[in-house]
Amino acid sequence: MAKSESELTWKDLEIGCIVTEPGNARQYKTGAWRSQRPTYDFSKCIKCGICQLFCPEGCIEQNEDGNFEANMYYCKGCGICARECWPRVITMVEEEE
Amino acid sequence: MTTRVGVEVSIALADAVKLANADVIAAYPITPQTHIVEHLAELVANGELDAEYVPVESEHSAMSACVGAAAVGARTFTATAGQGLELMHEVLYVASSMRLPVVMAVANRALSSPLSVWGDHSDLMAVRDTGWIQIVVENGQQTVDNIICAFRIAEDKRVLLPVMVHLDGFYLTHVIEPIIFPEQEDVDRFLPPNQYPLPLNPDKPVTMGDFGPPVIYTEAKWAQEVNLIASKEVILGCWDEFGKAFGRHYSPVEKYHSDGARVILLTMGCFSETAMVAIDRLRAAGNDVGQIRLRLWRPFPFEEFRQAVREADVLIVLDRAISFGGPGGVVASEVKAALYNLDRKPKVVSFIGGLGGRDITEAGFEDIIKRGIEIARTGSKREYEIYGVRE
Amino acid sequence: MEKYAVYVPRLVKRQENFAPGHRACIGCGEALAVRLAFKALGNNVVVANATGCMEIVASQIPYTSWHLPWIHTLFENTAAVASGIEAGYKAMKRKGMAVTPDMKVVAMAGDGGTSDIGLQALSGAMERGHDFLYLCFDNEAYMNTGIQRSSATPFGAMTTTSPAGKKSIGQTSWKKNMPAIAVAHNIPYVATACHSYPFDLMDKVARGINTPGPAYIHILSVCPTGWRSPTDTVIRLGRLAVETGMFPLYEVENGHYKMSLDLPQLRPVKDYLKLQGRFRHLSDDTIGIIQDRVIEEYNKLVEKAKDGSKRAKGKSRAGTAKVSA
Repeated sequence: MAKSESELTWKDLEIGCIVTEPGNARQYKTGAWRSQRPTYDFSKCIKCGICQLFCPEGCIEQNEDGNFEANMYYCKGCGICARECWPRVITMVEEEE
Repeated sequence: MTTRVGVEVSIALADAVKLANADVIAAYPITPQTHIVEHLAELVANGELDAEYVPVESEHSAMSACVGAAAVGARTFTATAGQGLELMHEVLYVASSMRLPVVMAVANRALSSPLSVWGDHSDLMAVRDTGWIQIVVENGQQTVDNIICAFRIAEDKRVLLPVMVHLDGFYLTHVIEPIIFPEQEDVDRFLPPNQYPLPLNPDKPVTMGDFGPPVIYTEAKWAQEVNLIASKEVILGCWDEFGKAFGRHYSPVEKYHSDGARVILLTMGCFSETAMVAIDRLRAAGNDVGQIRLRLWRPFPFEEFRQAVREADVLIVLDRAISFGGPGGVVASEVKAALYNLDRKPKVVSFIGGLGGRDITEAGFEDIIKRGIEIARTGSKREYEIYGVRE
Repeated sequence: MEKYAVYVPRLVKRQENFAPGHRACIGCGEALAVRLAFKALGNNVVVANATGCMEIVASQIPYTSWHLPWIHTLFENTAAVASGIEAGYKAMKRKGMAVTPDMKVVAMAGDGGTSDIGLQALSGAMERGHDFLYLCFDNEAYMNTGIQRSSATPFGAMTTTSPAGKKSIGQTSWKKNMPAIAVAHNIPYVATACHSYPFDLMDKVARGINTPGPAYIHILSVCPTGWRSPTDTVIRLGRLAVETGMFPLYEVENGHYKMSLDLPQLRPVKDYLKLQGRFRHLSDDTIGIIQDRVIEEYNKLVEKAKDGSKRAKGKSRAGTAKVSA
């Protein structure tokens, strides 16, 4: 989407306001919402993927080492991953940004 | 085919839907539309119409199911009346703003309370602002023809708007009229297959029905309005093609001896034909009167209307519904608004009559016209005249 | 429940058809439940969604979180719209028009759009036997409009329209048994699920979509915002809801009940209630009333499953189910 919402004219809208770009909400930075962020001690990570399973955002991905890490662009800092991680890899700390 | 057959108009309507080869019919029975949906069920049950017949549990669900079916690209039809039209009210706005081509026949019926199954236009007026294309018919032939046209108009890629065909409940739905049915091949030639441009399809996923915050809502509504207004051209084009193919021509404003007439009566719906008899009698007695009938209610045909009444001195508008506490007749107030800015315009006199299935005879129409001319001369303290109430 | 060798990427599809970037609250259990359900549904589905949390967070003009064909119209008509989609698809397919083969229809709504305002449309769609899957994401109140009570709000819960006060303990009616209503329509598949048991949820969703005819799955979705609980206890609360018997997990295939979980002993409901702010005001007496009722209802349910508790079988099946010995 090139234009922001406040720039769209009536001609820019598709018929019935249909949105034809699947998943374009991915542009929205929900990471700006968080007040705490996950920090990792990957030495304990057993790469089970439970955190990825339970993330409401679906923003946890495996990095090059195979450890599961949240994508900070989307992470809202709910802390579910930290709570559910069996080996306690994840600790939530206050977001400073 | 030029053979005329006598058929009950409801049955003929259902046969027109069959000729149009609808894919989905989702409807809830309500007097006086029942014969339409019953005959459709019969046609489907006998394999004469290959469609999915969804006997929904309410009119709200009927229109919702039609919205769903139209969204996947199916040719969709439903019918309702009075209370049913009101029950689906919120879904009507959705169908038009989401640009889904549903065709609906409305057997106009008076609104409760008191309960009335009989015909008037209170349901028609209640859905004026819903954004649908609305066509009003006066007899069985027009019904059949305009149902077929409705599908073509609705599904036209330049339009993609739902269409209502209004016919008077009981007065039309339950009478036998002489009707010429077009041949199937001719209808197939006239009516191209439905190809909704952005249907719900996993191969090309779309999201329909996003919510609109204040920053965008105005643009969304304006886009819808521009499109509804522009659809008039397509409607005229369709009627033009229909006339060439089948020999019957339709216009947004139908005239009866109105060109040059000093006094014009404006009516909508089938009591217009009774009024035409009154016009004939009055003219035979030397009166300079004519009649116009609104065929296209939405989008309102401003040009054709203004042209039709340009030379008249008096325009008597007979509404078949009351808008309480206001100017009384909705058509009369629309007409006044359409004429307001003209330098030369007729005096508009508003009458309301025929409510809840109350008949108006030819003599009654003569009465209305005479009274209308009188009021145009002397003026009236009232916003409108109610005809036929026992006081 | 059998122990699954947990290595999520091996067991669960990677694709997120409900994409991140959606505007659900921090720690939203319902968003998690939706995400999991759609992992089990694949790409060949059309979704009809009611007005509610999930619709609002995912679809603000000009954005969409969905990678699937999706339609939202109104609050109370999801099942009717889904009926229309199913009928339209069926007709077009039969008449040889170009359609995707084997497309499935899914209807989703919250507890409000299912058991209150949407009940009529759902009942009609189930009675007519349309081939679709209905997912009710139950967060136990009208959360999107500001936490007002619904018929799915549990007894004693505080909501903005059933607040606790000097003359009220909060919600004074018991949670409407929607799965029982679905079973009463004689549909081939009904189940309850919770996002805290993700593989169970995904199995049930897969079974539901592959069952010809109507299928209904009622999914408990923890809402930390509305339930007034910490955002990271979402999974834990789901487990407690199940382990205390407040939200039992079971399936009903063609009228035959099967418990999904073997629970010889139910945890006291207090364990579940004390973690949520919406129950904070409850006296011990009221908790006692709730406890008694939960045990009573749970036992009735287990009775229906004939020989006490039974594990759900792992394979999906079409048509009638065998009565388990």
